[in-house]
Amino acid sequence: MSYVIDRRLNGKNKSTVNRQRFLRRYRGHIKKAVEEAVSRRSITDMEHGEQISIPGRDIDEPVLHHGRGGRQTIVHPGNKEFSGGDHIPRPQGGGGGGQGSGKASNSGEGMDEFVFQITQEEFLDFMFEDLELPNLVKRHLTGTDTFKTVRAGISSEGNPSRINILRTLRSAHARRIALSGSSRKKLKEAMLELDRLKREEPDNFGDIQALEEEISKLHIRINRVPFLDTFDLKYNLLVKHPNPSSKAVMFCLMDVSGSMTQATKDVAKRFFILLYLFLKRNYDKIEVVFIRHHTSAKEVDEEEFFYSRETGGTIVSSALKMMQEIMAERYPVNEWNIYAAQASDGDNWNDDSPVCRDILINQIMPFVQYFTYVEITPREHQALWFEYEQVAEAFADTFAQQQLVSAGDIYPVFRELFQRRLTT
Amino acid sequence: MTQPEGSVRDKKRQPISTTSEWTFELIRSYDREIARIAERYALDTYPNQIEVITAEQMMDAYASVGMPLGYHHWSYGKHFLSTEKNYKRGQMGLAYEIVINSDPCIAYLMEENTMCMQALVIAHACYGHNSFFKGNYLFQTWTDASSIIDYLVFAKQYIMQCEERHGIDAVEDLLDSCHALMNYGVDRYKRPYPISAEEERRRQKEREEHLQQQINDLWRTIPKGASKGGEQDAQRFPSEPQENILYFLEKHAPLLEPWQREIIRIVRKVAQYFYPQRQTQVMNEGWATFWHYTLTNDLYNEGLVTDGFMMEFLQAHTSVIYQPGFDSPYYSGINPYTLGFAMYSDIRRMCENPTDEDRAWFPDIAGSDWLSTLKFAMHSFKDESFILQYLSPKVIRDLKLFSILDDDQKDDLLVPAIHDEPGYKTIRELLAAQYNLGNREPNVQIWSVDRRGDRSLTLRHQQHDRKPLGSSTEEVLKHLHRLWGFDVHLEIWQGDKLVNSQHVPPKNEPEREGEFPRLDLVIPPI
Repeated sequence: MSYVIDRRLNGKNKSTVNRQRFLRRYRGHIKKAVEEAVSRRSITDMEHGEQISIPGRDIDEPVLHHGRGGRQTIVHPGNKEFSGGDHIPRPQGGGGGGQGSGKASNSGEGMDEFVFQITQEEFLDFMFEDLELPNLVKRHLTGTDTFKTVRAGISSEGNPSRINILRTLRSAHARRIALSGSSRKKLKEAMLELDRLKREEPDNFGDIQALEEEISKLHIRINRVPFLDTFDLKYNLLVKHPNPSSKAVMFCLMDVSGSMTQATKDVAKRFFILLYLFLKRNYDKIEVVFIRHHTSAKEVDEEEFFYSRETGGTIVSSALKMMQEIMAERYPVNEWNIYAAQASDGDNWNDDSPVCRDILINQIMPFVQYFTYVEITPREHQALWFEYEQVAEAFADTFAQQQLVSAGDIYPVFRELFQRRLTT
Repeated sequence: MTQPEGSVRDKKRQPISTTSEWTFELIRSYDREIARIAERYALDTYPNQIEVITAEQMMDAYASVGMPLGYHHWSYGKHFLSTEKNYKRGQMGLAYEIVINSDPCIAYLMEENTMCMQALVIAHACYGHNSFFKGNYLFQTWTDASSIIDYLVFAKQYIMQCEERHGIDAVEDLLDSCHALMNYGVDRYKRPYPISAEEERRRQKEREEHLQQQINDLWRTIPKGASKGGEQDAQRFPSEPQENILYFLEKHAPLLEPWQREIIRIVRKVAQYFYPQRQTQVMNEGWATFWHYTLTNDLYNEGLVTDGFMMEFLQAHTSVIYQPGFDSPYYSGINPYTLGFAMYSDIRRMCENPTDEDRAWFPDIAGSDWLSTLKFAMHSFKDESFILQYLSPKVIRDLKLFSILDDDQKDDLLVPAIHDEPGYKTIRELLAAQYNLGNREPNVQIWSVDRRGDRSLTLRHQQHDRKPLGSSTEEVLKHLHRLWGFDVHLEIWQGDKLVNSQHVPPKNEPEREGEFPRLDLVIPPI
């Protein structure tokens, strides 16, 4: 007798745990591979998984088996040319003519690299592992300006629109049972007695009448218990839970003056994308604002931000001012987590740099979660960097600046900026 | 192939289905028909449980090496990843079926297969493998099909509890070490108790306590009086060499916690469950292939399947039994399906149409009733003895078998025998030896324990034909060291001559702390 069972709808991920165990065991290898991949890949490519290879030798499960050597006799199929007693020269290079049948399954395979695929999700997990959004915790604690209401059981006080009818009627019913209990018991007894009298002593009118009176009294008493009383009323209780803001806005500020080459912009772009992906892992909703500037700032869309060319001098403060305006106008601090990343080659009109510092310290830094400044230049620092150093002193927790020279630096610098810090 | 008789074919040809699409109803009708034909050959099977699964579920089943539910371990994740990669790249197709030696016998059919393939798999797994599991003496003796699922559930739960209590890492380390010695966790000659989950659970606690007591007894160091001491010390412990290394560790390793012993026991039991399968690969696959071939041909002869079905079936069948030659780039040893199918088919041929050669070589078989001869062969042998008994000159000729002698003390290779009159017997013996697990696995046994001294464990490897141990031996010894907790020595013997030895931790090198991990560095009070 056979049973045919459709198991296709059963979970298909029986191996998930084992796969997880595997990744856990080789996380060192995988992390290294991921880091290499990050510096090798184009940043637009971040939305894919990655192929990881681990040297087979590191991953072998050792067993006792025979090695090569000694006297080994093996039977093979498909003879074409040999006859009994032939001597043939030993094949070169790994004994291709011989070894293989029994032992191959134990040891032969897997001498190559063990290659497998991880998903994008896992890739990003490994990539951003040990990284942390600075001040995320702080915002969770203090940013409780929005609330959401959640049901929290039943209460006996509340707004009429929240009456829970079922619970109300149930408690009314219980109250009626409790309050009329003794009367109903008496009523029942009286009814029985009345029945008995009517049956056995139909002539005893006095007692019958007395009983009938009592019965009607009892009926009145029972009916006097109200069907619904005020303290029967039950209401659904709703309480407010503080709702940590899970919206973030990311400001990308970039210098597009003549001194910024396409290569520099490309490096900046990669940095911005990395930051975007990182934020995406922490917030439900992210908006990105692109502000580019030369002598004046302009809010633009992504395409224009990265690819249109401008020339001219550089006034960084114009961008900061614009950012401050947009913040005030569209992103109230109690709702939004604000992150900003600024990329520049360090050039600025000299008199402008102190202005930048002031705007940052007074108007921007108090309201943002984190501000990163990356300077993409192989040259010496200029005035802007040194002014920003003062900002960094004033806001050690929320401001960071780093220098980038080539694309290969992006990820290490990024890691450094967002390294998980020991809470002090 | 049996020739379809034209007359029957024309008279009533009412195929069960004509397209390659399958439905559950069709699977049931094919199964009914195949069961009916199998009945004709009196194939004795467990009840069948046919489960239809997706390709991904098939990969899951693959990864857990055919156990319907296994405990968690990274190595299964590794298998899964490599299967997944190969499958997704199209480098390999998935096996058409997986069948589990349990009662009822569980067979997996893959959703993607055509109706023809499903029928082939039903014939192959549900009637071929199934009857082999039920009929072969090794399976009858060594495994208990009715309790394996229960036991695996118990094992999975137990290991999960251990992970919760002792941490994933501790359990994983232990399992790694056990897996390294898994092939040395089987009783080769003693018949083990049938395993039963209920019994296991009931007795596990009891065993834990009792065991710990006994071990402490073994290691008692309180002197028992000086005069007796000398005599006792001279006695070797264990008195006989032990081949079941895991069993020995479970019972006698001094530092293991009770739960660690229990996990060793689980790995041992799983190894024991798979032991018959490792010894009957050729027989088992050959048997299943023989029956899918026979049963499907009968279906065709009865007009129950179409010509197209048959073409697809033959295409699949021939690729299953394809044997690339030794010089082909696809060659990776002898295909057990080919060899097994050829041998069973040849036994049938010898019974039905014996030649003079067969009468000379197999006087008992030639001309006998093929079905009972075949069933006897299936029942009473394992690969090694099956080949030794039944490999006929015709099969040797058909497969063009020849042998190569590779002696590292000689400059060139020798061809001792080929598929000709003087070579048949040699080929047969050599091929049989090749399937002898005893030859395939190095002969390593536990020799002695230094009970009064440093508690070191000594193993002996008896070399066969000077075949050395492979490169991962040292890693295995490290695992053994982890389980045993004290020094481990491996002596390599040729006959009665000690030729080499290996030590963990290595001798004449100062031991560095932490390099050779032990499960437990705290020595319990004895």
